[in-house]
Amino acid sequence: MSFLDTLLGRTKPVQPKLDDLFGLPSAAIQLQAATGFTPTGSGSVCFRGVDGKTFGDVQKEVRELLDLDSGKPDGGLPVEVSKDSYGFTWLVSNHMSDEMDGLVTDLHAVNTSLVDAGYGPQLLCTVVAFADDSHRRVALVYLYKRGTFYPFAPLPGGRSRRDNALEMQIKAAVAEDLKMEPELEKWMALWGAPGL
Amino acid sequence: MAARSRYAPDRGLTVRMTATMFLLGLVFVAFVALIIGVMTATHQSGAAIVVVALLLGGGTAFISLFYSDKIALASAGARIVTPEEAPHLHGIVDRLCALADMDKPVVAIAPTAMPNAFATGRNSKHAVLCVTQGIMDRLDDNELEGVLAHELSHVAHKDVQVMTVASLLAIVAGLLVRFAFYSELFGGGRRNNNQNAFPIILVIMAVSAVVYAVSFLLIRLLSRYRELAADRSGALLTGQPMVLASALRKVSMGMNRIPNEDLRAAEPLNAFYFAPAMKLNGDNSLSKIFSTHPSLEKRIEQLEKIQQQLNELSPGAKGLR
Repeated sequence: MSFLDTLLGRTKPVQPKLDDLFGLPSAAIQLQAATGFTPTGSGSVCFRGVDGKTFGDVQKEVRELLDLDSGKPDGGLPVEVSKDSYGFTWLVSNHMSDEMDGLVTDLHAVNTSLVDAGYGPQLLCTVVAFADDSHRRVALVYLYKRGTFYPFAPLPGGRSRRDNALEMQIKAAVAEDLKMEPELEKWMALWGAPGL
Repeated sequence: MAARSRYAPDRGLTVRMTATMFLLGLVFVAFVALIIGVMTATHQSGAAIVVVALLLGGGTAFISLFYSDKIALASAGARIVTPEEAPHLHGIVDRLCALADMDKPVVAIAPTAMPNAFATGRNSKHAVLCVTQGIMDRLDDNELEGVLAHELSHVAHKDVQVMTVASLLAIVAGLLVRFAFYSELFGGGRRNNNQNAFPIILVIMAVSAVVYAVSFLLIRLLSRYRELAADRSGALLTGQPMVLASALRKVSMGMNRIPNEDLRAAEPLNAFYFAPAMKLNGDNSLSKIFSTHPSLEKRIEQLEKIQQQLNELSPGAKGLR
């Protein structure tokens, strides 16, 4: 924030960075080779809904935008919309596990339509889920405002515990393909994120 | 295509805040110029008093700024909580910080029933965000998020630093009144040979008193504008102005129900709080100009205006593409 904005108590909305998402498919290949984690085909966009009924229309249009593809041969399945206990909206897109490119394209389409509509500052993160043979789950989370990724590995069963060792392992595996978030403080926990 | 923005700045608020800060600066410059003028005109050695007041006032302000987080936490009896102890509270703060792309402050809980929240700290790296048990019990998650967004906006706007600098003038002027008074009381006899000493001290005392009063009112005015600015930024961050308005209503109602003893103890922290801990008696215009916070009606009126703007600017009405 500039000195003048600080002095005047103004906040400039932070616009999201979108293009780094396209590093995900090659990172997924690296991840599989290094750790055995494969994409589950589930990806989601998390954003903060806005008061007022017109934003409901935006959500509807985003859903339609994604659902359009479902008729095509290589298209995805219809998106699910869910709301979490923090009041954030999740748009979940489900693909087959080998369709990383299609998934990323869908997620990018959601992001772009939200940003074009002026809701860029409301975007929180994009989450792509991975799993290994022993059914451990891990997510690669993309922080729009910082343009960086971080891994999030919730431990099964126990509430609100994460597997930090696994997260470090994942980070090392994909660090060449994706820009990782250097500040560990920003590795926000996403309990109850869909697809995890 | 450039993204449309829903964030229209409030020009009126910007202008009023600029004018207030300009006036404060003007008072400060005039004050210093006058003191220097009086000193040089009379070849007084009283300059030492001014220097001491400046150093002492500056030192006090600096220390209170540097330790503001620790002082505030201690006087509120608050305890820092880890993400494991309060996962949901941390979750809300995490998400707000990610949305606003700002550093996460230390999160603390004060075990008081009074529903309130404050944020302080000398910079964003040393910021602390504190909520009371009362506010967590009384508000739902969305409302709590609104309050936290308001407090995070105070951190983003560097309100603690701005208000510390602004109050420096009042501190120095207040010290000068006191010094002048004491030196008149105890040192007056020694200076009987100097014909000028008596009136000079009186002039400094009178000017300082006026400066103190004027700057005090301007600082309170500035504080009220910064509250409105934080309400505005907080509402835009969550996109839910009406939720913040309902939190404000609940907190203000809750504050009125608490016994007076509690409130008096909390009053020194007033400037940092979400809602004032102690209302000045009466609802007349005089009590309004002394208040650190704008009236509930004014804050809700502003939030309603923001809600209207959000509705009008919402793209749904025009279609997405």
